[in-house]
Amino acid sequence: MSAPRSLPQPSPRARLDADAQRSILRHLPLAHRFSAALERAGVAPLCARGIEVLQLNLGKLCNQTCRHCHVDAGPARTEVMTRDTMQQCLSVLDASGAATVDLTGGAPELNPEFRWLLERLAERRVHVIDRCNLTVLETGAHRDLPELFAQHRVEVVCSLPHYRSYATDRQRGEGVFEKSIRALRRLNALGYGDGRSGLRLALVTNPVGAFLPASQEQLEREWKGKLLADHGVVFDSLYTITNMPISRYLEWLLESENLQGYMDELVAAFNPAAARGVMCRSTLSVGWDGQLYDCDFNQMLELPLRGGLPRHVRDFDAQALAQREIGVDDHCFGCTAGAGSSCGGALA
Amino acid sequence: MSHYYDTHDLARFSEIGAHCPELSEKFFAWYQAVFRPGALTSREKALIALGVAHAIQCPYCIDAYSKSALEHGADVEQMTESVHVAAAIRGGASLVHGLQMRNQTDKLSM
Repeated sequence: MSAPRSLPQPSPRARLDADAQRSILRHLPLAHRFSAALERAGVAPLCARGIEVLQLNLGKLCNQTCRHCHVDAGPARTEVMTRDTMQQCLSVLDASGAATVDLTGGAPELNPEFRWLLERLAERRVHVIDRCNLTVLETGAHRDLPELFAQHRVEVVCSLPHYRSYATDRQRGEGVFEKSIRALRRLNALGYGDGRSGLRLALVTNPVGAFLPASQEQLEREWKGKLLADHGVVFDSLYTITNMPISRYLEWLLESENLQGYMDELVAAFNPAAARGVMCRSTLSVGWDGQLYDCDFNQMLELPLRGGLPRHVRDFDAQALAQREIGVDDHCFGCTAGAGSSCGGALA
Repeated sequence: MSHYYDTHDLARFSEIGAHCPELSEKFFAWYQAVFRPGALTSREKALIALGVAHAIQCPYCIDAYSKSALEHGADVEQMTESVHVAAAIRGGASLVHGLQMRNQTDKLSM
């Protein structure tokens, strides 16, 4: 009988580069490829229907090293978006007419120009989402960020794998749960998540393992009850997100011999309704270096936009990009399985 | 055959209907209906199934309902309690038969 596995230690950088990851997925025997699933569902070619959300990846620097991170982010990463690139993104925002800017990372708050960018976005009166790991709000220089978020009416979307410490700390590191609860209480004290202030607080959970997420609606009810009863924490919405078979999570799937089973499950659970609603159809993703992508996952797999389209913010062309054909591959099964998955949770 | 149980056979469950399709169709239709949410939630049904899987010691069922329980939002603490419920009933069933033993012993003894 084996003892319980110890809590995870910070991982080193992912060993597989983007080429190797794509190659592993492409050579995996599957019942059919993603492009065939789209054909059968009558969704091929998958095309954008506008740019409603501009998602900016502010860099790979993070104060955490989570086991499932698709960005391979961590404290040792140095890639962060510069102010010049942010300026170009603001020009793109003005030209695109996107109503929402979604800030992600790494920990986007660790970008030295984060506050400057937040001020510029506030001037434009667009809806701003900050994808926050919560613990960053408990670190010295960033403790005042909740007040700044409230001042600018930023929607805060926070990662929390589970409402109990065990699963949260297994995925994100020891002590993360306790810090996360402290940060959530501080956000709540400002009115975040109370349903009346208009300060939106969403939590994001993804399975701690090789299985699909449970029903978002059911979990949201349960989480609201548990977090309120056990910790006095309130929030507006819970988003369930399927783990994408890339980067560190792909490596874990390989090491634990779960890759084939997990991919088979994603393929079997392909949902045409989810495919029609995937977030890449309304989102444009910008990398830390200003490169354009169909989504954050294609960005990490270094899958550029399809031929002929502009590939950098400096070459932005709203018309061409708003109607572009989206580049897909077998990792996309992660967004179309079951109830579907997106940065805003389930799709169908 | 070098071993009795093969993980891959779980995915072949439906092949059991090969020589008796009418009965297996009835079984699978009923099986699916059983696990639909009703007075019990899908998670509660998955946790019951997990406990029963341990009571009958079926490796296929343990694999299937460990995953099903996780996918319905159960955590390892709930799943472990489900196994304890199964174990308690198994253990209790043995112990309560001790009364049968006592009755018989009393009858046979002077």
